[in-house]
This record gives sequence, structure tokens and C-alpha cells, in this order.
Amino acid sequence: MSKTVKLRKGLDIKLVGEAEKVMESLPMPSEVALKPADFHGMVPKMVLKEGEKVKAGEVVFHDKYNESIKYVSPVSGTIKSIVRGEKRRILSVVITADSEIQYASSSSVNVNDLNGEQVKEKMLAAGLWPFVKQRPIDVVANPNVAPKAIFISGFDSSPLAPDYNFLLEGKEADFQTGIDALAKLTSGSVHLGLNGQTMSAPALLNAKGVQMNRFYGKHPIGNVGTQIHHIDPINKGEMVWTINALDVAMIGKYFNTGKFDATRTIALCGSEVSAPKYFTTVLGAQLTGLLDGKIKDGNVRYISGNVLTGDKVEKDGYLGAYHHQVTVIPEGNEYKFFLSTGWLGHGFDKFSNSRLFPTWLLNAVAPNKKYRLDTNTNGEERAFVVTGELDRVFPFDIMPMQLVKAAITKDIDGMENLGIYEVAPEDFALCEYVCTTKINIQDEVRNGLDLINEECM
Amino acid sequence: MKFLENILHKMEPNFSKGGKFEKWNPLFETMATFAFTPKLVTQKGSHIRDGVDLKRTMMTVILAMIPCLLFGIYNTGHFAEIAKGSSIAASYWDGFGTKFTSGLIVVLPILVVSYGVGLTVEFIFGMLRGHALHEGFLVSGMLIPLVMPADVPLWMVGVATVFAVVIGKEVFGGTGMNVVNVALTARAFLFFAYPTSMSGDKVWLSGQEVDGVSGSTALGDLASFMSDKPVFENLDAYYGKYSLMDSFMGMIPGSIGETSTLACMIGAAVLIFTGVGSLRIIASFFAGGFVMGMILNAVGGNAYLDLPAHFHLVIGGFAFGAVFMATDPVTAAQTATGKLIYGFLGGFVAIMIRVLNPAYPEGVMLAILFMNVMAPIIDHYVIQSNIKKRLKRVKTA
Repeated sequence: MSKTVKLRKGLDIKLVGEAEKVMESLPMPSEVALKPADFHGMVPKMVLKEGEKVKAGEVVFHDKYNESIKYVSPVSGTIKSIVRGEKRRILSVVITADSEIQYASSSSVNVNDLNGEQVKEKMLAAGLWPFVKQRPIDVVANPNVAPKAIFISGFDSSPLAPDYNFLLEGKEADFQTGIDALAKLTSGSVHLGLNGQTMSAPALLNAKGVQMNRFYGKHPIGNVGTQIHHIDPINKGEMVWTINALDVAMIGKYFNTGKFDATRTIALCGSEVSAPKYFTTVLGAQLTGLLDGKIKDGNVRYISGNVLTGDKVEKDGYLGAYHHQVTVIPEGNEYKFFLSTGWLGHGFDKFSNSRLFPTWLLNAVAPNKKYRLDTNTNGEERAFVVTGELDRVFPFDIMPMQLVKAAITKDIDGMENLGIYEVAPEDFALCEYVCTTKINIQDEVRNGLDLINEECM
Repeated sequence: MKFLENILHKMEPNFSKGGKFEKWNPLFETMATFAFTPKLVTQKGSHIRDGVDLKRTMMTVILAMIPCLLFGIYNTGHFAEIAKGSSIAASYWDGFGTKFTSGLIVVLPILVVSYGVGLTVEFIFGMLRGHALHEGFLVSGMLIPLVMPADVPLWMVGVATVFAVVIGKEVFGGTGMNVVNVALTARAFLFFAYPTSMSGDKVWLSGQEVDGVSGSTALGDLASFMSDKPVFENLDAYYGKYSLMDSFMGMIPGSIGETSTLACMIGAAVLIFTGVGSLRIIASFFAGGFVMGMILNAVGGNAYLDLPAHFHLVIGGFAFGAVFMATDPVTAAQTATGKLIYGFLGGFVAIMIRVLNPAYPEGVMLAILFMNVMAPIIDHYVIQSNIKKRLKRVKTA
């Protein structure tokens, strides 16, 4: 029983620097890091100490409050350092990588011989669990609560997103095994969201045991949150698990080969990359090796992930656990004279969803024009004045401004009533982009979710 | 612009924390952020941001009011010339330059007082709170002169502006926090505080006394139909003085910026096209007024009740109120459905007050203020319906 969903609301931000579909292998990075902050709200408890040897797939730390959720090393090597911040909170665990990966010994398993409980145990033990996230709250799934359904988005619609069709080429078997494994975890359906506007890769199209839903529209159409809302919305007390399609293939590969293979092909994109294309590296890899010699000179911002939801990183930072792209855009920390490039300028250099800028004109005469946008906020923070602008990029039957206001004012009842259980910060990324107030809306939503997690879950 | 930027860099330390003029930082920041979009960058979340900001938004509203302002200046000049009994007064378009100049002499001081007083108050509050000027008053400062009668004493404009900014806005927390429209607060303050100078029948009128003839407006004359002593014998006589076309063009006496429906329409086009003003509010406001006009026609009984509904939309401050006042996003309803209800009721109530309460010939101001207060309730019910839909989903599931 597949569904077709067409949505009008949304916004495709057209940026310069889409990755060319060419794959290049990078040598093993010298350092790899696991960052607990990638897994929101998780408090790590170290299993290994500095200086200890580790193989790929061996546990480095586990969740302090749920020891069954284990976090494993993506490479073999030595624990170089445990970097701590305020109150001795662990910021990252840096591992010096061997040039040749040695895997923790394990053997392949036939998923069809396992029941749900066994699949879950396998995934938890192998360190695959952190890739399964839950809605509400958008954190690593609680393995003890059964989900009513599992949702997988088969495409990413965010700006300069990696093409899943390209990345899933040749991974048909692994992807199917991954789906089979996940299907054992729920009594409900496994939903796979396909992009109706393009031809999907065979891995997606021929997937069995899933409910395939096709989506037509603009970003955030590829966000799993949007897809859940239009297929099987979450009500209070219900649980849905979500997982990235590329990580499904990784899970499948584990069952097929017995190896935790954290190899990751990422898109290096953005206007400041001299030749944007795909590179094969490893989860948590230090980015120096990826970025060296490939970036145009100048004052740039490195982002692990996409421009709407990614994390700001330094050049010697590390690839985020959920990220499949690295974006490099110009930093905008300079004054802009109001009549030239500032607030009262002609605005042909800006990309705006409002008609206050001539983007609408450019869209009409040059629909393929792409923009080079920097990190300037283009204005200062203000109170909410303009109304209705968030609704235009928020394809949910939820009132975005009211929900954000409830989150800002820590109004728990208000948030519950207005639909906080259905959303994740990433669903508000476009709202944050278009909002005149320049408020960090995703941050506010995240704080609201944390409050709900504390008080109501 | 490197030159200006260098000055900015040189002065910045003096105004930042610990600097010589630390206290004056809000003033400095206002100037600096006016001349340059500041070098603030995103830290997390969405790393890129839309070009739109409140300054550009507000500037667009001011731009949309320019036709009303220019026409208002000319119209004021025209009636000022009539009052002087000058020879060019006979034909509306005669002596263009002279009329524009004499209009400017009347309007410019009001504009200067409104902006001067308002911005001073805003700066004082900005310094107390330690933030730069927020842009809201840039629009209010223009709206206030446009809804003033041309002969209003300048001190009244000043007092009204102070009242509006302090009581109408700053006590609630500043731009974006106010409950009622700031410019209408100023107007309402004068209306209720100085009723002798702004008595009911002279509301929203230019008030240039013409020899022996009171400086009445179309609305004042129409309201007299409701009394024992109508100014005109019947509607035909009324049409003779205020034809539909003249009313639409705005060639009639009234408050400075409100008379020309055409100028308001140009402003509306700008606001609607840019998305700054809500089409829903403007359209439903006109619809509400028209429907009420039709109802009054159906009842009938005297000449005012029989006035064709479309006349109501072009006289007085109806169009101006619909386009520039009702659409103020802070005080209007904020939900899409709410905007339709808010606009419709606003127009409906405006005509109701205008016709049925002869003490207030211009109902638009009161209707919008009333709907400003009602807007949160409208929104509340719209939001409740969304919440109920979500709850229902649980029950049916």
C-alpha cells in the first residue's frame, strides 16, 4: 500500500558547488575521532583508556545510562587522547588509525534466521545501534520501546546533498539485508521514501519488504520528518524509528560480512571547493586529508554536513557520525555597505524566499542560476514581527511560529498541543533560514525537545 | 566605502564595553548597522541565512507609503490654497508647484516632529535597555503624520507620539511586542484627549477653515444625514460635492495621507507583491466593509444608509486603514485563517461604527484598534482548531 505525496511548500536553495559524480579514494586518515556530541543527549562512559589498542568494531565507550548502546571504533589503531571540556565532559575520543584496518573478529549472519530480539542484540553489540534514531526527541533510539513503524528516507533534498542513487550503486544486497534486519524490529511497516521526481537507484527501487512512498516537492521533502508527517504521523506516546538509507546499507553489510565497515563516501561540495566531487574516507575521519589542496584560498567556513543542519568544524576537525557530506562556503564576517551588498542593496547576490529581493526575477529569467552564499546573518536578531513566512517553507500541518514561541517560552503544554512530538530540529532548518528575526530556531526547538524529554518521556 | 569602514573600525573601541562612550553604544550601533550590515555570522544550525531582515522589510513599507505621502502633500496644499482664497484654487491641478510647496510647508514640520520625538523616545529606551534602535518606529513615524489632520498643532503631534511610543509600544517590550497599532494609538490619544480640537465630525479632516464653510469631510457631511440637520438635502447633492471619482483619486479633504484610495492601492500593490502586507487582510477588510455597506443598503431609511456600498470603500480612511494599519503584522492576527476573520470583521465593524454611530464619523481607527485587541482571541481559536485536529487523530487511530 504505497502512497504518493505531493507538497507545494518548501524551498530549494540553489548553491554553487554541487559534487560531480566522480568517486576518489582517500588514503586512511591519520586520525579518527568519535564525538559524543554527535549523539545528542548521550553521556559516554569510556571502556578504553588512552594508549590502548583498538580494532575496528570494538567498543570505545557506551551510553552511561543505557549500557547496551555501544559506540565502536570505525578503524583499528590506538586511543590517542580523550579530549575533555567543561566539567570533564568528553568532547571527543581521538584514535590514531593504522594504515591497514583490522576488524574485530566476527562472522556473517543470515538475518532470516534471527528474530527481532536477536537482531537488536546483534546491532547493539556491533555498535550499529547509534545509527537508529527515534522520533519524538530525535536522539539515538531507545531499544526498549517498540516503534510503531520505521522510516527510511531514500533521498536527501537539502542543498548540495549527496546523491543517494549514486552512493547506493552496487550496494543492493547490503541494502536489502539492512531492510530485512530492520523489518524484524517492528511489528509495523518499514517505510521507504523515494524521490518521485527522479529515477531511484535499483537498491531503492527493488527493495522488498517495505512500503514505498513517493514524494514530490521541494526541500524538506527528503527529510524523514516530513515523510512521517504525511504517511503516518506520530501522536503522543507513539514511537517511530528513523535511519538514513546509506546507514541501512552499512547495517546490511555487517550482517553479510560480519564486519563493522565504517567506510563512508562523502560529497565534498560548496562554492569554495575547487573541484567538488565524492571521496571515500571513513566515519569520524580527520578532515585535513580531505580538504588539503582542494579548497580555494580565503576566509571560509568548513561544515560537516549540509549548510542547513551541519556542524561548524575546523579544518583539522572530524567528520560527524551522521554526515555524508562536507560543505565549504565563504565566511561572512565582514561589514557590507548598506547600498552595495548590505541590507538596502540591489540584492541580486542574495537568495531570498521573500520578494524583497529580486530572487523571484532571477528565478524567472535564469532558473538555473546558482548562488554563492556566505555565513553572514544579513541582519541582527529581532523579535518576531513578520508573520506567515515560516509557514511557506514548513510543509507540516503544524503552526511553526506558535510552536517555536512555545519552545522559547518553555511552555510544555503548548509544545505538546502544537505537535512537538512530530518534529526534529532539522525540520525547522528552512524556517531558520527564511526567518526575518535571525533567531536560531533549530536551537530553540532542540531546547524545547530536551525539556520535553526531561519532563514527559 | 573603505573610508567609512575605517572610521567605523577606529571608533568601535570607544563605544564597546569599557570604552570612553560605552553608554552611547546603542546610538553608535544604530548608525553603524544602518550604514553597514554588521559582520555577524551564524554559529550553528542553518549556516546560511536569507537576505531579508527587519530593516529592509520596514523600508519597503515606507516606500509603499510614498505615493500616499506625495499625494497627501499636494492635496493638503490644494486645500490650504482654497483657505487662502488664492486664484489657483478653482481647479484642482492648477498651480502644481505652488500647491505642492504650500502642502510641504504644512506636512514637513509634522513629519519632522513625529520622527524627531519618536526616535528620541526610542533611543532613550534603547539606551536604558542597552540595545540599538529597533526598526518598528521607522514605519510608525511615517504613519503618524499621514493620519493627522493637516491643521493639527505640532505640540499635539509630539505629545501623541510620546504617548504612542511609550504606552503603545515600549511598556510592552518594544518592536514586535505591542498589542495595538502604534500610529493609531497616537491618533486615538488625540481623539480622546483633545476632543475639542478634534471633535467627532472633524475627525480625519484637513480642517482648513474656508470662509464660513466648516472644514468638514465627506464623512462629517454624511454623518449629518443621521441627524435632524443634514448638510445636503439628498445623496445627489452629496455626489455633487464628493463624486466617486474625486473620492477615489483623493481630491477631497481629509487627513494628510488617507484621502487617495488610488495612492493606497499603489501602496497595497507594493506590500502584497513583496509579501510584507497580507493580501488576506487587505482583501477581507474591503470585503467586510462592502458586506456591511450592502446590509445597510438593504435596511435603508435615510440617505446615509442608502449610500452605495462601494462609496464607503473610497471615502475617509477606509483604504488607508486597510492597507497600512490593519496589515501591521505585530498587531494583526498571525494565523492564515485568523487573518481572514480579522480583516473581514475589521472592515465590517469600521462601516458599522461609521454609519450607525454619528459621534464617530470615522470608524476605521476604532475598528482596527478594536480588532487589534481581538486578534489574539481569533488566533487562539484558530490554533485550538489545529490542536483539536491533532487530538482527533489519536482518538480515531
